[in-house]
Amino acid sequence: MTFTATNARPAPRRSFIAQNPSVLWFLLALAVFTLGVTLLSEATGTGFLSTSFVKTLGKTLCLCLVAIAMDVVWGYCGILSLGHMAFFGIGGYAIGMWLMYARTEIIVTRSLMAAPIPPTEQEIVDSIGTQIFGVVGSSEFPLIWSFADSLFLQLLMVIAVPGLLALVFGWLAFRSRVTGVYLSILTQAMTLALSLYLFQNDSGLRGNNGLSGLQNIPGLEEMGQATLSIVFFWASALALGMGYVMFAWVVSGKMGSVIRGIRDNEARVRFLGYPVERFKLFVFTLTAVVAAIAGALYYPQAGIINPAEIAPIASIYLAVWVAIGGRGRLYGAAIGAAFVSLLSSWFTGGGAPDINLGFYRIQWTDWWLILLGLSFVAVTLFAPKGIGGLFDLLSHRHAPDRVGDYGPDKGALRAEEGSEPEEAK
Amino acid sequence: MSTLLELSGVSVSFDGFKAINNLSFQIGEPEMRAIIGPNGAGKTTFMDIITGKTRPDEGRVLWGEKGVSLLSMSESQIAQAGIGRKFQKPTVFEAQTVRENLAMALKNKRGPFDVLFYRKSAEGAARIDAIAEEIGLTSDLARPAGELSHGQKQWLEIGMLLAQDPRLLLVDEPAAGMTPSEREHTTDLLKRAAQTRAVVVVEHDMEFVRRLDCKVTVLHEGSVLAEGRLDHVTQNKDVIDVYLGR
Repeated sequence: MTFTATNARPAPRRSFIAQNPSVLWFLLALAVFTLGVTLLSEATGTGFLSTSFVKTLGKTLCLCLVAIAMDVVWGYCGILSLGHMAFFGIGGYAIGMWLMYARTEIIVTRSLMAAPIPPTEQEIVDSIGTQIFGVVGSSEFPLIWSFADSLFLQLLMVIAVPGLLALVFGWLAFRSRVTGVYLSILTQAMTLALSLYLFQNDSGLRGNNGLSGLQNIPGLEEMGQATLSIVFFWASALALGMGYVMFAWVVSGKMGSVIRGIRDNEARVRFLGYPVERFKLFVFTLTAVVAAIAGALYYPQAGIINPAEIAPIASIYLAVWVAIGGRGRLYGAAIGAAFVSLLSSWFTGGGAPDINLGFYRIQWTDWWLILLGLSFVAVTLFAPKGIGGLFDLLSHRHAPDRVGDYGPDKGALRAEEGSEPEEAK
Repeated sequence: MSTLLELSGVSVSFDGFKAINNLSFQIGEPEMRAIIGPNGAGKTTFMDIITGKTRPDEGRVLWGEKGVSLLSMSESQIAQAGIGRKFQKPTVFEAQTVRENLAMALKNKRGPFDVLFYRKSAEGAARIDAIAEEIGLTSDLARPAGELSHGQKQWLEIGMLLAQDPRLLLVDEPAAGMTPSEREHTTDLLKRAAQTRAVVVVEHDMEFVRRLDCKVTVLHEGSVLAEGRLDHVTQNKDVIDVYLGR
């Protein structure tokens, strides 16, 4: 077999990029895309792309970032988390609290300054409270808003809150050896509990109204939304590029080897001496933090966050994007997220023309979800590698030529009592 | 030869069935030991107890010169302490190359951050090459392990065991599904390993055990029925009754 002969050489030491050519291609594509959008935008280019569309594209980059995080935790480590959009949402809430507080502060201060008697510090704070919480019939600042006046501390919260939540939740779940579908259910329960809690008016985060007006960045009012959209677009592209390089580094080399080993045979990795639980915890927490950073960049572009964004369905969508894009390859997840989410806004935003069948009119706003569901099933059944699998056709990546039964042939296999198969555990 | 592993009075039952019943066992370093016994004798459970997969209901499992109890340690801690295990069905990471499989097993620090910041070293590469040479997979290092034949996978797993550099090797049916020449090769490998380490081989095949030429422990219904040289135990009346005479 010629294949064996060509691979017989000992592997020489190569640079990170040489071992992961997809990183370079991805960064190049991202750079070209970013430049292209910049040149076509209203603020910095020809104006071919509307500001709202630039925002949509910037949000899409954030979704790509959370999708590659999902791919690392699911596609590489085998943990089907249905909670990563919750971490995304927490990141959005954390930055949203500062945005809302600081902006309300500016407005309130301006209006109170007009009064004959200058307002005291306390009056300003009370007035901000009334402005923000009036909608849920309150004016008191709950404890969780303690840091809302400081951008630095709220940025810290973007990382700390989801990081700690993932750490504690993951530690409890992994330590009890909860795996597979049970872990998925557990993460989904966490997500549901969090969103139901946030829906309450007394949760301190304005109940189902959520946080709004996030597109107005305090201190940058005179910049205008057109320029701001490009700033956030660039920030999102930068975060995506950095996230991609970091995750590519994590899943390459020995760490990647161990993580994929955990996905394929957790018990075996354990018997090699690796503390599997700590590896899972590391991956789960790291990806949760990245998801939160993506969320913190997403919601200022979206302008509003409410508890519905954290509902379990969002995390399920995330899993669908990654599955359609191709699990176990980072660019696949990014492509899946971009492709499906953009297509989704096209279909649900009335972009797709209705189809008149004579007896029935297919309206895509209603039928899109069914189409998405069917394509998910089709991809799972017929193209498990997803869209990313198309790239294998270019690079001629071969699948192992042995599939199916890896065990000894029937004649050699001798079953032994007391020895359950490893996977059955 | 000092005692490396000592089990005393170990019992474990699953839903009332006593898989291991007041078992006592000792092995020194270096030593080769074969464990035989009919189906259901508790051979695999015995290995599960040592490697921490199963917790015994009672008894002691002591390890090393200091006599550390293995019962309070997790599977990964036990493996790090120097106990390597090869499963009956070859379990290698099919989607990864032979080199990656060996590199993962290579003796190194095992924490997530040690692994994340791990840098390939020349010694590591040399060690992988030496092991690949020993298990006859030098030309297959870059191939995915899933492409290997069954016997090659068995060897790869033995190679992974050697890469871990354990003090005690637990080997479950290493020769299952191998051709006669492959069996011979396997015997040589194990014998070589046993010159410096403790090796416990669970095997059904009497010919294979004979070739190992070592002390044999016969398990029956979860406890030791006989112990000694193969010729000695095969003449034992009890052994003939429960195992050989069937």
